[in-house]
Amino acid sequence: MELYMALTIGVLFAVGVYLILSKSLLRIILGTSLVTHAIHLLLLTTARLKTGAAPLLGEKAESYVDPLPQALILTSIVISFGVTSFFFVLAYKAYQRLGTDDMEELRGREDE
Amino acid sequence: MSLLHIAILAPLFYAILTGIIGIKLKGIHTGWLVLPVPTVIFGFFLSMIPIVQQGNGGLHELPWIPSLGINFSVYLDGLSLLFSLLISGIGMLVVLYSIYYLDKKREAVHRFYVYLLIFMGAMLGVVLSDNMMVLYGFWELTSISSFLLIAFWYNRERSRYGALKSMLITVFGGLAMFTGFLMLSAMAGSLSVREVIAQTGEIVGEPLFLPAMILILLGAFTKSAQFPFHIWLPDAMEAPTPVSAYLHSATMVKAGIYLVARFSPVFAGQPEWFWLVSGAGLCTLIYGSVRAMKQTDLKALLAFSTISQLGLIMSLFGLGSASAFFTGSADALFYTKATTAAVFHLINHATFKGALFMVVGIVDHETGTRDLRRLGGLMALMPITFTIAVIGAFSMAGLPPFNGFLSKEMFFTAVLQAAKMDFWNVQTWGVLIPVIAWIASIFTFVYSMILVFKTFLGKGKPEALEKTPHEAPMGLLISPVILASLVVVFGFFPNLLSYSLIEPAMAAVLPNMLSSGEQFDVHITFWHGWNAEIFMTLGVILIGILIFLIFNKYRLLNSPWTERFTLNRLYDKGLAGYEKGSSKVTKSYMTGSIRHYVIYIFAAFVLLLTYAIVDSGGVKIDTSGFAPVSFYEMVIIISMIGSVLVLPFVKNRLIAIIITGMSGYMVTLFFVLFRAPDLALTQMIVETVSVMLFLLCFYHLPKLRKEMVPLRFKWTNAIISIAAGAVVTLLALGASSDRLFASISDYYIKESYNLAGGKNIVNVILVDFRGFDTMLEIMVLGIAAFGIYALIKIDSGDEIIGLG
Repeated sequence: MELYMALTIGVLFAVGVYLILSKSLLRIILGTSLVTHAIHLLLLTTARLKTGAAPLLGEKAESYVDPLPQALILTSIVISFGVTSFFFVLAYKAYQRLGTDDMEELRGREDE
Repeated sequence: MSLLHIAILAPLFYAILTGIIGIKLKGIHTGWLVLPVPTVIFGFFLSMIPIVQQGNGGLHELPWIPSLGINFSVYLDGLSLLFSLLISGIGMLVVLYSIYYLDKKREAVHRFYVYLLIFMGAMLGVVLSDNMMVLYGFWELTSISSFLLIAFWYNRERSRYGALKSMLITVFGGLAMFTGFLMLSAMAGSLSVREVIAQTGEIVGEPLFLPAMILILLGAFTKSAQFPFHIWLPDAMEAPTPVSAYLHSATMVKAGIYLVARFSPVFAGQPEWFWLVSGAGLCTLIYGSVRAMKQTDLKALLAFSTISQLGLIMSLFGLGSASAFFTGSADALFYTKATTAAVFHLINHATFKGALFMVVGIVDHETGTRDLRRLGGLMALMPITFTIAVIGAFSMAGLPPFNGFLSKEMFFTAVLQAAKMDFWNVQTWGVLIPVIAWIASIFTFVYSMILVFKTFLGKGKPEALEKTPHEAPMGLLISPVILASLVVVFGFFPNLLSYSLIEPAMAAVLPNMLSSGEQFDVHITFWHGWNAEIFMTLGVILIGILIFLIFNKYRLLNSPWTERFTLNRLYDKGLAGYEKGSSKVTKSYMTGSIRHYVIYIFAAFVLLLTYAIVDSGGVKIDTSGFAPVSFYEMVIIISMIGSVLVLPFVKNRLIAIIITGMSGYMVTLFFVLFRAPDLALTQMIVETVSVMLFLLCFYHLPKLRKEMVPLRFKWTNAIISIAAGAVVTLLALGASSDRLFASISDYYIKESYNLAGGKNIVNVILVDFRGFDTMLEIMVLGIAAFGIYALIKIDSGDEIIGLG
């Protein structure tokens, strides 16, 4: 299973990077959220996708899946959500002010 | 703290005092307040002569950074005493001269004296320090104070140019020297110069020995204006004349010579040292004398003559180092004659060059120009100045009965001796040494004559001058008169110096030459019979007069070809090219495009990781521990990959947003399948809110003119993103294959209920075991919320700076 997951992560990452390299601000933000997904899945995968019960002690199972990466991913989801929403509002504001979302037009000035 | 420490630090402290008092006291020229400092120091060093003659100047330590072996230790031997006397003595005369030279109403005199005192203290520190780090510190302080003094008239463009040039070149050399010091101390295990000298025998064969020698010589050559680093000295002539007289003739430019003399005991006896020091010295000697001949500005002429004379002294120290080759045999003392000549000429040059600079200053002061083409016929108007100029210039030319004659004879003796050496390949090229020396002496004679005759003889051109020339006031004349009388006194009674100053200095430069109790024979005779040296001098005079006459008529050597290639042009072009080049390089990659920067980042990421993977023998993939593949998972994986791969080709933004949202929901499904209920919940909510936010903003975006523009597929982007994806895939595989040790999660599973009383292990980790993370994550959300609020609240009607 890890093999296929690794492939999925690679594809997510590649597409994310491709979008980040594009001109449009919106696509860049979409790219970052794809990269974020890839990283979350990577965290989950490297902890081994062993079958076991969900990490709830009420299940009274023989073995549980690793709870630590889940806690890490949860923290990461929240942080990336905060950052993405801020980034998005920033992009929206930039668009409103400057009338463009083309990164090539958002360069600094020559003499700086 | 010894008296020597006080002698070094007194000028530095007095500089602070002068800065304060100089502004407060308007009535009196600040120079009078400063004058006692060098006078007292000079007196102190005079009183040290008998002590140093006995050979125990003594080492005085003052701990500074003992843990690094850096102590402010000072050591007084013949060499440092000689330099200290020069620095304080000429310093005294220069301060006296500058009192009359600088107008206290028109110039910022207190600033001048602050810089001068800093320089004096730094220079004393250079020659007295025993610790190499302290020596380097003072060395840089001389560079800085010299920089400040050259740019004293900072509103002139030429002054700032000259100051910058001298700073760049001397600091370059200073840093090279610093590296050389570090190498020496690494080899000898000590920062003390004396201990390095004591260990010479052990460090000679070390691989760092030669680099250290070259780097230290680089420092010495840049400071002492040796070819090709001499170019800063003529431009440093923009400084006030007292500064030129003090720094750029008598003291600072001799710091490099001091360095060579000081490290002679370490490096002498090596052919590389011999050839580098004498070679650079001889090159500088002849080049400086040729260039000096062609100058029309008096100070520029003196600058090139200083360069040339410094080359002479440098080459003599190089030739003298040959004696170390014979340590212990009778031949050794034969070659020490060169060192005697070097030390003697060092003193002589300081006297006559100081006097000549002051003469030029007086001429400038009284006529308003230093241009030889506008000067002439001043002899009758300025008889005293003329007399001093004649004494100084004749001494410089090496004419009897002045001291320059004696050191020139000794110089000829030394070069004739060197030509006879039969080791270090001297036999092939050695013949050139006396020839170069002789030709350079002819040129020296010529420019010395130009200096006197063009300035003071011939027909006066009063209409070309700004002022009516007349004799200088007494005060201006005191210092040059004292120096000129020294020139004459040392000329007639050279043995005043021989055992008081020259012999101890030689003992410091060549410490291993003599067994204890012996002394060098430095008896200098005024007349030494009809030998080769006398005939060489006669030849110099004859041919010199001839060239002077011809030169007058035909302006020989002034043809355009000599102007075409100059090192100044190389320096200027080099500096400009350097600036242009670095700006071009910076502009080539700092494009301002985010896309380019992201490409650099990902390319570096891919390359470094690929290198690391290849270097560590590739990724080991061990499928044995992998979980089995289930049907549901495969379905999600396929649909995930399929939908995401469409994304780059989607033109419509709305569809792109929805596909991204889809991938988020599929991640949620993964979390469900991999038994992470809390993650699934959070992911679903977050994805929903994000997509809502995206759509909200999408809806509100003012216009969507870019939306329908066809997407261009970029190969570079594609290659980089595919490579990045591939590397991450490899990384994921490698990381999940290799588990080095068991997870610590068993502890959480076991203790979650016992210790924290919760059954949801993930939640217990979040708020109990690792609650700190959660607190800060809440903070992140809070900051994001405030940020968004602030962003939205900014009045969109505001003018944004720089975007109008």
